[in-house]
Amino acid sequence: MTTQNFLQIVLYLVVLLALVKPLGTYMARIYQDEPAGLNRWLAGFEKLLYRWCSVDVKQDMRWTQYALAVLVFNLLGLLVVYALQRCQAVLPLNPQNLPAINPDSAFNTAVSFATNTNWQGYSGETTMSYFTQMLGLSVQNFLSAATGMAVLVALTRSFIRRNSNGIGNFWVDMTRSTLYILLPLSLLLAVLLVGQGVVQTTNPYQNVTLIEAVSYDQPKLDANGQAVMDVTGKPATETIETKQQTLALGPAAAQIAIKQLGTNGGGFFNVNSAHPFENPTPLSNFLEMLAILLIPASLCYSFGVMVGDTRQGWVILAAMTLIFTALVFVAVSAEQSGNPLLKVDQIASESQAGGNMEGKETRFGIVNSALWAVATTAASNGSVNAMHDSFTPIGGLVPMFLMQLGEVIYGGVGSGLYGMIVFAIVAVFLAGLMIGRTPEYLGKKIEAFEMKMAAIIILVPPLMVLGGTALALMLEVGKVGVLNNGAHGFSEVLYAFSSAGNNNGSAFAGLSANTPFYNFLLGLIMLFSRYWLMIPVLAIAGSLASKKIVPVGLGTLPTHTPLFAVLLMITVIMVGALTFIPALALGPIVEHLQMTQQVMP
Amino acid sequence: MLNYFKPAVLLLLLLTLLTGVIYPLVVTAFAHTFYADKANGSLLYDTKGQAIGSALIGQSFTQAKYFWGRASATAPYPYNAAASSGSNLGSTNPALMVAVNARVKTLQAADPTNKAAVPVDLVTASASGLDPHISLAAADYQIKRVAKARNMDENKLRELVNAQTEARQWFVFGEPRINVLQLNLALDQATR
Repeated sequence: MTTQNFLQIVLYLVVLLALVKPLGTYMARIYQDEPAGLNRWLAGFEKLLYRWCSVDVKQDMRWTQYALAVLVFNLLGLLVVYALQRCQAVLPLNPQNLPAINPDSAFNTAVSFATNTNWQGYSGETTMSYFTQMLGLSVQNFLSAATGMAVLVALTRSFIRRNSNGIGNFWVDMTRSTLYILLPLSLLLAVLLVGQGVVQTTNPYQNVTLIEAVSYDQPKLDANGQAVMDVTGKPATETIETKQQTLALGPAAAQIAIKQLGTNGGGFFNVNSAHPFENPTPLSNFLEMLAILLIPASLCYSFGVMVGDTRQGWVILAAMTLIFTALVFVAVSAEQSGNPLLKVDQIASESQAGGNMEGKETRFGIVNSALWAVATTAASNGSVNAMHDSFTPIGGLVPMFLMQLGEVIYGGVGSGLYGMIVFAIVAVFLAGLMIGRTPEYLGKKIEAFEMKMAAIIILVPPLMVLGGTALALMLEVGKVGVLNNGAHGFSEVLYAFSSAGNNNGSAFAGLSANTPFYNFLLGLIMLFSRYWLMIPVLAIAGSLASKKIVPVGLGTLPTHTPLFAVLLMITVIMVGALTFIPALALGPIVEHLQMTQQVMP
Repeated sequence: MLNYFKPAVLLLLLLTLLTGVIYPLVVTAFAHTFYADKANGSLLYDTKGQAIGSALIGQSFTQAKYFWGRASATAPYPYNAAASSGSNLGSTNPALMVAVNARVKTLQAADPTNKAAVPVDLVTASASGLDPHISLAAADYQIKRVAKARNMDENKLRELVNAQTEARQWFVFGEPRINVLQLNLALDQATR
């Protein structure tokens, strides 16, 4: 760990935490319908929107109605993204004349964006038209994020209400999240990113003349497009020399802003934020990285404001931040120590970042690549600025473990905090068992129904991850996609299912996952683990809202203390560790031993 | 059920218009008014006005008289800016050692007198396959070779390299680096 590394990490945390209170306050005011500037200037427009869309603003939905609205709205979004991909060849804004996407890939991507996962089975610049990116993917970036925030707000409301049937109105919560939070922040970030050099245009790809010609071999094809065989029966190759480079362009800045802010993560280009047009400078990198955790962290404060005790929000934020910071140092140290198998100069100095530079960009070096990897998997963002597949074994273990913790260390916008609140419910339950009292959280008794729902929420993702990994590794169709052999190949598959099963979306991209098998299986898993968390969360909300608020007594476990932060951290880590350490031992841990002992697989 | 479908369909429609059409077009209009050059890919032009690259995208260099950039894993040829890609090779993959060793050999063969250890970024593939930069160490390693190929004084070349060095942004962010394409263009200009 160099001084520069340390400085950049500290700066990141300081700026992030400094923004938590102002943004958290603003968001709480939006959701509580108190004056916050924008929601008064645009109040007329918001009302008009509801009238046009026949939204009954006064309707206070029961949890089942709220869940139904979420499902209908997300299903429609999914169908639109699917249809746009299948029809893009005949739609406008397709200057590269890209053909329609395959059904299995289109299904996977539609699910991926509707569930806020943004797993990238496709390669942006070679498959998606500008039209699909703008009206399909970008829109779901906003709406899937707004859905997560709405569900969080409904859950938060259930703590304040007493003897109530309703938990709020999904249409209103979702619209306000989009209109007053996601849209203005995206606009601001997009403008800043353009200033750093992120492309934003609807012009076709640009051809430029190279300084030095490149020659390469490619299979020779006959007039019918069939491979020509040489005399020995092997496919013949021909050498081609080109003096041209085609620069893929597009309306990227607008989409990248929301993909970072909405913890979506689906890149405009194939290599996501490693692409110089998507993330051109260290400053653009800092802003994009900040945007990953900005809303999830600030929502903790909003939660505190809305339940009437900001200390409750700070405690949750503290637990998240401590786990995050510890893992940042593990990942940065692992990457900075480099790869002992490479006999080259990997020592950090003023003239080079050193360390494990395979799959990393020079402008970001080690610290910004590893910090990003931890942030993007702590939040369920999943965008990357370096290739996680080429990380050292321990450097790759950290992002995988963060996803396996259930995306609650900040987590997705809304979804991270509602996940963490469920862990808090489990933590008070554990404490209740120890002292022999009925557990309470924020004045609400936690009883059998809440615990059953919490159990579903905690068990569904591991079931998806471990079950999916086992299935893929037993089948030939699952194994052929692996790029790296041995323990690392196992990690590639485990990473893919950890990512889909927790709606993250990042990848060990060596795995060729754009096959019918992976597209369908991962697609189903993304659907299952998004909605079988969201529905039980709404059920908990419905149940809590109907209860009365019990006054604080002598036997109440205070949940605003450092002690509770520790208890919460232990609960999260214990559940994650007990479930996943055996699997991690077979992948990254074995590989780490192989690397340090210099035993080649 | 209709109570759910009607608002769902209409809200989706109007929010699509807002976030999928109006929002990106507003950003595009802003970008083309204030940053037209950057919004279109930060293109570089030669004296005849022909586009010869982007300040943000690397190009492949293999001749001794040019500085070489990071290895690129794009297909079918390196630095294919229409299909970005990393190598995705794992740390313990034998293919990674083979590739790195081959690149070290090529560098050493081009400059047999240079016995310094090769800087890691010069022989590893970048994340995007389009990385326009190398580290200062990677540029320094190549100075002897380039000076010899161009019959240039090493110190003069070093000055040129220093002039192209970008420091950390705002003194803290990122890593010091050199844009390979721009350095090579400056080099061609200086020795014309």
